[in-house]
Amino acid sequence: MTSRETIRVGAGAGTSDDRMVPALELAERGDIDYLVFECLAERTVSRENLARSKDANLGYAPSLHARLRMVLPTCIKKGIRIVSNMGAANPLGGARAARKEAADLGLGDVPVAVVLGDDVSSIVRHRPELKLIENGEPLESILPAMISANAYLGADVVCEALNTGAPIVLSGRVADPSLFLAPMLHEFGWSSDDLPKIAQGTAAGHLLECTASVTGGCFGWPGKKDVPDLARNGYPFADVKPDGSIVIGKTPDSGGRLDVMTCSEQLIYEIHNPSAYITPDCVLDITGIALTQEAPDRVRVEGAKARPATETYKVNVGYADGYIGEGEVSYGGIDAVARAKWAAEIVKERLRLQGFTYDDFRVDLIGMSSLHDRMEIRPEPYEVRLRMTGRTRERRAAHAVGFEVRAMHMHGPGGAGGACEPRVRDVLAVKSVLLPKNLVNAQVVVEGSL
Amino acid sequence: MSVRVYDLAHARAGDKGNTSNISVICYDGKHWDFLARELTPERVMDAFKYIARGPVTRYPLRNLKAFNFVIENALGGGVTISLAQDIHGKSLSNVMLAIELPDP
Repeated sequence: MTSRETIRVGAGAGTSDDRMVPALELAERGDIDYLVFECLAERTVSRENLARSKDANLGYAPSLHARLRMVLPTCIKKGIRIVSNMGAANPLGGARAARKEAADLGLGDVPVAVVLGDDVSSIVRHRPELKLIENGEPLESILPAMISANAYLGADVVCEALNTGAPIVLSGRVADPSLFLAPMLHEFGWSSDDLPKIAQGTAAGHLLECTASVTGGCFGWPGKKDVPDLARNGYPFADVKPDGSIVIGKTPDSGGRLDVMTCSEQLIYEIHNPSAYITPDCVLDITGIALTQEAPDRVRVEGAKARPATETYKVNVGYADGYIGEGEVSYGGIDAVARAKWAAEIVKERLRLQGFTYDDFRVDLIGMSSLHDRMEIRPEPYEVRLRMTGRTRERRAAHAVGFEVRAMHMHGPGGAGGACEPRVRDVLAVKSVLLPKNLVNAQVVVEGSL
Repeated sequence: MSVRVYDLAHARAGDKGNTSNISVICYDGKHWDFLARELTPERVMDAFKYIARGPVTRYPLRNLKAFNFVIENALGGGVTISLAQDIHGKSLSNVMLAIELPDP
């Protein structure tokens, strides 16, 4: 704990595929103390578990190498500490990879604090009676196909990792806002029952967790909601004081915009009941939050409230659930839509004749109905792209969808062009259960010497 | 005469499992009462009935000049198994913006 007046926590990634250069610009020009990379989507951990089962060294986010290579020299030089869930399904493996990157960059022996314990697969395996939140069925119904089970850990254990002093903290599954709240707990020693401050820190974390979404990304609309210099949009940070006061800002001299409108969209994003947003750290209430433009590209956040955290962790259970096959082909000019519809009927008939069956099947005309359905009321475009996709237990049946769509080049209505290669992907489905916190052993280990 | 949600508010869609949440945020707070009266959960369900099974729940957020609409059974079974092109339903905010309301 320090007696600093303000700390600055920056957002370096909001998804595994997020852009990297704005994170470097934030580290170089943003005068930040912490750089947080949030890189895990719902099914990422399942996918990385499969990677680890093929090679025990893998299972962390593959983007870890490129991200750290880009920002580590600046972060180590400036003393910016890195916090990230890029450990995914193998935080220890991720830590070893991070240390190797540091050594290869000539930065010497960089210790990494590793957060463990989110992998609860061995615990839930013995609790088949746990109820799936989505459908009320027992966990037992998907246990045979289970690939991974990970609890959303909270800020407390990430704070513990920061307390070691290691320049890098790597975890697996941690709730997104908790990654940002942890540096505040570490710096200011806020206790878990100091709810007004936990609430403010959690709200700040939620505003930062999607990086550019608060600085003009996923926002602009020509002539209606203009965003200046969106091509060079900058990443955001939070200035946090010990009393819990928060101001959101962004990289100086970057593009984009940060104002009450962008913050409002992000504050409500992916929240259901706004007076009960459940994180591992608290139950956040945003219904009293006031956002104020304090200066250009600076927004003050006040009035977040919270109730105490629940007694359970949310656990995402990933399981194999068959295959999805997909194909696309285009039609243009006179009667384009009629030819595309005819092609769809031919493909369906050929799949039926081969005896393939599908749990779910979908036909889209891209340009008319692929996003919002209602083909029957949409005007016919000049050109249209037929997309067909089916979910099935059988890999062969999945492959046949794209195969038969591609065959429209030679075996369908006239003038089909530009079919894609048949696509097949493994379905990694995710359902959730609640697990009592006292059953989970969240802990910190340090790789390297401090 | 009618007015679209688009004329009075901006919106963003988010996803969790098979549920979509769509914020509707007034450009000018003076339109909040009008939207509270006219942009009912029933009207939103009607606009989304071709895409979602519902139900639709509306949460008022007067402090943000906003509403949060939570639309269940909206994402083709959920991001991980959906056959949709836009598995996250990011484009669904535009269905909301296109809803027509009686002129205030």
